[in-house]
Amino acid sequence: MRKLALTDEQLLSIEKPARYLGNEVNAVVKDKDSVDIRFAICFPDVYEIGMSHLGIQILYEMFNRRQDTWCERVYSPWNDLDKLMREEHIPLFALESQDPVKNFDFLGITIQYEMCYTNILQVLDLAGIPLSAADRTEEDPIVIGGGPCVYNPEPIAEFFDLFYIGEGETSYDELLDIYKECKKQGKSRRAFLEAAAGVPGIYVPGFYEIKYNEDGTIDEMVAINDHAPATVRKVIALDLDHVPYPDKPIVPFMKVTQDRVVLEIQRGCIRGCRFCQAGMVYRPVRERNIDFLKEKAANMLKNSGQEEISLSSLSSSDYSHLADIVNFLIENKGTGVNISLPSLRIDAFSLDVMSKVQDVRKSSITFAPEAGTQRMRDTINKGLTEEVIMSGAAEAFRGGWNKVKLYFMLGLPTETEADMEGISHLANRMAAVYFDEVPKEKRNGRVQINVSTSFFIPKPFTPLQWAVMYTPEEYERRARVVSTAMKGELNHKSLRYAWHDADVTILEGVFARGDRKVAKGIRRAYEMGCLFDSWTENFDYQKWLKAFEEVGLDIDFYTMRERSLEEVFPWDFIDAGVTKNFLKREWNRAMEAKVSPNCRAQCQGCGAATFGGGVCFEN
Amino acid sequence: MKIRVKFTKEGDLKFIGHLDVMRFFQKVLRRAGVAICYSAGFSPHQIMSFSAPLSLGLTSEGEYMDIEVSESGSSAEMLAKLNAHTVDGIRVLSWRLLPDGADNAMAGFAAADYTVKFRPGYEPEDLAQFWTEFEAFCGQDEIMVEKQTKRSVKQINIRPLIYQLKISEGEVFMQVASGSTNHLKPEMVFQAFYDSKGEELSPFALMIHRLEMYTDLGDENERKLVSLQDVGTDIL
Repeated sequence: MRKLALTDEQLLSIEKPARYLGNEVNAVVKDKDSVDIRFAICFPDVYEIGMSHLGIQILYEMFNRRQDTWCERVYSPWNDLDKLMREEHIPLFALESQDPVKNFDFLGITIQYEMCYTNILQVLDLAGIPLSAADRTEEDPIVIGGGPCVYNPEPIAEFFDLFYIGEGETSYDELLDIYKECKKQGKSRRAFLEAAAGVPGIYVPGFYEIKYNEDGTIDEMVAINDHAPATVRKVIALDLDHVPYPDKPIVPFMKVTQDRVVLEIQRGCIRGCRFCQAGMVYRPVRERNIDFLKEKAANMLKNSGQEEISLSSLSSSDYSHLADIVNFLIENKGTGVNISLPSLRIDAFSLDVMSKVQDVRKSSITFAPEAGTQRMRDTINKGLTEEVIMSGAAEAFRGGWNKVKLYFMLGLPTETEADMEGISHLANRMAAVYFDEVPKEKRNGRVQINVSTSFFIPKPFTPLQWAVMYTPEEYERRARVVSTAMKGELNHKSLRYAWHDADVTILEGVFARGDRKVAKGIRRAYEMGCLFDSWTENFDYQKWLKAFEEVGLDIDFYTMRERSLEEVFPWDFIDAGVTKNFLKREWNRAMEAKVSPNCRAQCQGCGAATFGGGVCFEN
Repeated sequence: MKIRVKFTKEGDLKFIGHLDVMRFFQKVLRRAGVAICYSAGFSPHQIMSFSAPLSLGLTSEGEYMDIEVSESGSSAEMLAKLNAHTVDGIRVLSWRLLPDGADNAMAGFAAADYTVKFRPGYEPEDLAQFWTEFEAFCGQDEIMVEKQTKRSVKQINIRPLIYQLKISEGEVFMQVASGSTNHLKPEMVFQAFYDSKGEELSPFALMIHRLEMYTDLGDENERKLVSLQDVGTDIL
């Protein structure tokens, strides 16, 4: 029997020891002596969050299908165990074997949001792996980064040996084959990295140097190794029906954040919202085959025993066979299984489905108009009109719903007072729709409109990547404009308003569009104790400010600076499919508040067609 | 039909909380395709109840849950089915049909057997001497301990709650009163002993293992302890 990495005393001294045990149903255990490659896959946040992530489950399945590879999971030890591990010099371990991560061939880290950057350093540090790739030796695992944040990997480039840009199903087999061969031939770490640099989608940051202009912007990025290509093109899986997908998802003992099996129905989004990075970098839209989905749904439910299945995509309503798959699930789910349907447009169809799978009285419906006025919605290309929103709401109210969630962004480019107040007015009009549509005797309590705003953060590879950000004070002022307007509305008693923290927004902004210079700020903040920054109770903005000040980083350079259309961005060496010319066109259209049609309505020539598949070739 | 299931919770699984054990079994039953009954209503849940939850860190080979099923194979078949879908540390030991009107596993719970030993590294210097003193302590007519109630601190005598005590091969076997009225945890007896000597008991010192749980089918005059599984009968 395997021995746990932590002693009984240690496990009984910390919160939720179930986070660190492994041994869950469907976890893969292999004989470590019979594999060539040991791969530790890490989500740098606490177990409950990391276990909720579909990407890791797919990669876990894919790696473990290889006979020569054993892939195990690693998550961030929570603060209590972090402290204990440092005090008692316990090295970070992988869950399945409980062996130290340091002994693995690879440590692959998925980077899903910017605020986990200090946790990446924690994982490296606790594992006993030098934080800088340059300091690593032949004894250290190869550290790979992947996930959406690597569409601008530069702020964390220093900490990684390589980045995998694109979808994991594509190039990993080639990468692992090369590694195995290098290992067999006793080749050096450097020789492997040079070979890896030739694999599609692989970026070896150590093989490039950045030349800066006097004003701090980038002059050019220069390859300093012959094996390093000038641009790295993202890799995607064109045929989503013949790539690995879990049949037997791991079943955690403890309750995790997304405690359900997940069915990814499609990748990408046709909508082209100008703020949305996922909508740009996951192009082109590719749908999964309905039969593939039915089989996977049945297998996952049967093999996990989970009581909920969730459809996953950026915009489920755009999936061609949505009715088919939903009806299949309703008919075949079995007793006690819930279906959760996020990212659905509210219309007659979705309300009908929702009324079959949820308790209407308890559930709420969600709209994401993202902006309060039509001009602003046109600017961000959220092709949603107030008429559509209100008719969806009316339909929902008639169907018995009386709780609505409304999501908006503040701080969008060209935003005026009228746009801010528009958020409040829209919510007010929606409450009025309720009073118009539902006669008094049929009302089931007061209608409740919960408005929440987040602050817009410009992201790489989006048309709004040129946008200027604001100060925390200015963000808060904008939120107060909404709040004040709301108090003055006729239906103010039905409205509630909550807004996100402005300080985190600033930092996310710095990381999203940061360059390699930002790394020293992240490292300094980590050294000063910043960790789990995505957890409000842990986030310490003052400490970050101090860290940035100590290393001489100017936050405003990254957030408040006006960027010219000609500026070389840190992420320009990546070819994500969408061209810079397309993004510029869309930025200019945004400035004119002009809507662009979605992919199915009319191709905008974004560049994703060069991948040769998906929605671009539907007709 | 009401079924009583006896199972173990050992090894690494001692770090899994009670609610997690419940969630674990809900999924085991679904994976194994057991015809479990669901409550009515919009969000139906499995009809399932557990006997006294085990504290984190304790092991057991005598845990119980009661479930309701619409059909069942033989006990042997059902054991095989369930054990094919569980993990190291949890093993299903019995599957028994409960007679109509039987108390559920929690309500009927009256006593439990435990063994207690020292965790390696935490043993007293002279272990033999320790057990001799411990046995003598437990043999007194009265063992008074302080019990925190909602309003005040009360003195109670826990001696009558110790039904049996046997020391052998470096561990103690204890049968103690359990359940909703009089509930004695084995560590309380150790705590009382350490308190009487003015010594401190480390929270990690003891390894406690539950062997069995009982219901009391006797009357006020005489206890008649029957293990919870023996309330039911095997399905042949």
